Amino acid sequence: MNPELGLFALILATCLALLQSIIPLLGSYNGRLNWMATGKTLASGQFVFVLLSFMCLVFAFVSDDFSVQYVASNSSSLLPVYYKVTAVWGGHEGSLLLWILTLTGWGQVVALRSNKLPPELSARVLSVMGMISVGFLLFILLTSNPFARILPFPPVQGSDLNPLLQDLGMIVHPPMLYMGYVGFAVAFAFAIAALLGGQLDSAWARWARPWTTVAWCFLTAGISLGSWWAYYELGWGGWWFWDPVENASLMPWLTGTALIHSLAVTEKRGLFKSWTLLLAITTFSLSLFGTFLVRSGVLTSVHAFANDPERGLFILGYLLVVVGASLTLFAFRAPEVRSKISFSLLSRETLLLLNNIILVTSCATVLLGTMFPLLLDSLDLGMISVGPPYFNLLFVPLSMLLAACLGIGILLNWKKGSLSWLKQQVRWILVVSVVGGIIFSFLYGDRFLVSEALAIGLVLWMVLTIGKDVRNKTRNIGLLKGMRKLKPAYYGMQLAHLGLAVTFIGVALTSGYSVQKDLRMNPGDTARVGEYVFRFDGVNQRQGPNYVSDFGTVKVFKDKQQIAVLNPEKRVYTVQGMPMTEAAIDSGLTRDLYVALGEPLGDDSWAVRLYVKPYIRFIWLGSIFMALGGLLAISDKRYRVRLKKKVALSGKKAALAGNPGPSLDSGKDATVTTGGQA
Amino acid sequence: MKRWKLFLPLAFFLTFCVLLYIGLFMEDKNELPSMLLDKPVPEFSLKKLQQPAETVTEEALKGRILLLNVWGSWCPACKVEHPYLMKLAREGINIVGVNYKDERQGALEWLDRLEDPYLFNIVDKDGRLGLDLGVYGAPETFLIDKHGVIRYKHIGILDDRVWKKDLKPLYDALQKELVQ
Repeated sequence: MNPELGLFALILATCLALLQSIIPLLGSYNGRLNWMATGKTLASGQFVFVLLSFMCLVFAFVSDDFSVQYVASNSSSLLPVYYKVTAVWGGHEGSLLLWILTLTGWGQVVALRSNKLPPELSARVLSVMGMISVGFLLFILLTSNPFARILPFPPVQGSDLNPLLQDLGMIVHPPMLYMGYVGFAVAFAFAIAALLGGQLDSAWARWARPWTTVAWCFLTAGISLGSWWAYYELGWGGWWFWDPVENASLMPWLTGTALIHSLAVTEKRGLFKSWTLLLAITTFSLSLFGTFLVRSGVLTSVHAFANDPERGLFILGYLLVVVGASLTLFAFRAPEVRSKISFSLLSRETLLLLNNIILVTSCATVLLGTMFPLLLDSLDLGMISVGPPYFNLLFVPLSMLLAACLGIGILLNWKKGSLSWLKQQVRWILVVSVVGGIIFSFLYGDRFLVSEALAIGLVLWMVLTIGKDVRNKTRNIGLLKGMRKLKPAYYGMQLAHLGLAVTFIGVALTSGYSVQKDLRMNPGDTARVGEYVFRFDGVNQRQGPNYVSDFGTVKVFKDKQQIAVLNPEKRVYTVQGMPMTEAAIDSGLTRDLYVALGEPLGDDSWAVRLYVKPYIRFIWLGSIFMALGGLLAISDKRYRVRLKKKVALSGKKAALAGNPGPSLDSGKDATVTTGGQA
Repeated sequence: MKRWKLFLPLAFFLTFCVLLYIGLFMEDKNELPSMLLDKPVPEFSLKKLQQPAETVTEEALKGRILLLNVWGSWCPACKVEHPYLMKLAREGINIVGVNYKDERQGALEWLDRLEDPYLFNIVDKDGRLGLDLGVYGAPETFLIDKHGVIRYKHIGILDDRVWKKDLKPLYDALQKELVQ
């Protein structure tokens, strides 16, 4: 009964989504406020039913209902109960349901906060979100029903959750990632609503900004969680593999980062309007494309657990409709006139444009690398596999260029700046960064590494320019007093930028100075890696809830003091008979000690892998800074209080200037109909 | 800005979709490549990985039913596949490796560090054998019968689901033939 209830709720949600994509939109054109208002109710209804459906699936998992096909293939009664819950999104159908739950959740939040928006705009935004969810709901109902039953002979036992996914990081990684992916749907919906209404002034940018930033924060957190998970769970000691699925999440992040910067320009200076719209569309399209890549099996990958051309075809069709329609809309409605607002070559605008170019180029690089094998193959040009060397070759210099621009961009003001002023500002910072980078690389590690010197130099450059900017901003009233006056938005921005610097430290030091040893060790053997001595104390058997484990013990000493006991494991999961390596990590801010068991080599000796990875935590610490920075930025009051005032103001201004801009058919709300393309 | 420039993103996107569409269909084509299916393994003469002095040819693949697994130490997906190959090897299934476009040192380290499920490994450093076999990327697995004829090809990770659904029935049938 329960699974049928879940399916029924899903069907009802689909009907509501269909209504939501039509009625409010029609209302926004014929000016009926009660039609427009249905958007909010329908969004709530949709959310409630999808949530109900999701809870039904959770219940099916927790109660071991193996008559449900999806439960039978992703769970077993031996699985601990918390993994039963997370197994809900361990496979294709369930993660799709989670995707939809997230989408309708975002829709619900938009509906709740939409009172501040002009009714036409909120109606259109909700309609667009409804259309997105119709597609995904149909996808799940037609190709991937999570509630399908195996009747009349259900299996007694399920085939267990993929052991790779039986892990804490996996519990939070997909929801975070989806919050990010789907969050960009809101920015997308705002862009489409703006295009539909012809309201292409800076107001839409102001509204879309906080949503975009929140989505970006979640995506940042999601990606770094994924990287952290791969680091400790896959047992390879690496933290990024340029795997197609990783790339799929990185691409929207790159354009999303570009988007939050160009939204700032559009909001503050009314520039880059078409570009910002295009970025909003692109970012969400890449999120959809990511889903396509993971779900369709176009590319083989570690994470692609569902390979099914039929599903791929559906997503491709969906992609074609959604993205094709929005780009067509963009082509016809985007403002074509060049802005009359001018800015000098040396201004924050230029640097933000550079930022956008670099980020979009990076994204194109990743896209090309991911799709290249497919491209060559489909054109019959032969086969080539593109690996990490390609990505590192192009991506690393681009990131460094980005870091270099960041420093200048922070210091420069809007509109205009002078070269002599800039020179005077950065002179000493430049000297300190160059010298600091070189000295660092000489002192740290055994030999001089150019790339590490460069990276650390850039870290100094970013940190010092941020500091300098804070000084500049507080020069007139003293540092402490001035710092109290600076807005949360400003601190958020600088925290996120600082986060980039921190991540740079992590990446540079880990890739430059990691030490690795592969050894054959007998119980009692010791090995020295850097300043640490590892002693292997043998392996014994242990029984876990759904696995048996070879449980190793390795003690680590530094200066004859024992500093850690590590227990690397080799588990064999009983149901699938699948062996898994569980690395043991002693983590610290400045270094990780990482031990993984290889295979037994006879007479109690084992192959053991030892790593010392300096500063690897900084990679994730930096991304935490970035995400927190984003959240801090949107906590700024101006997003909440002044929304309406600003619209009213810009409306009046435009009206005064005698430039009413393309107006709505209804003309109900005077503040909305005047936008202008000043 | 000229109006037509605004259509560029759309044009780019449509081209991209065509590519993806071809990609989807190619999957089907590659799943059972008509060109190679039921044909003998193409001729080759390559060195063994662990015994670099020895040369193997397609003759070495005859006489028993085996899986020909294309892998490389550069390939994360192969790492995921590896434990399952170990499981199959323990169950007594013959697996021959094709070390595809790999560095010798990396490959040896890989086999050292993980376990070695392979009877032997063929070194295909420049990917010639891979090209003849129509390899799209690693990992890929071919089912070869006792006459050295390709009976099935799987692209991507070989796991329990794939084995039970696609390969095992064929394998069992071949095994039966062998007994009779």
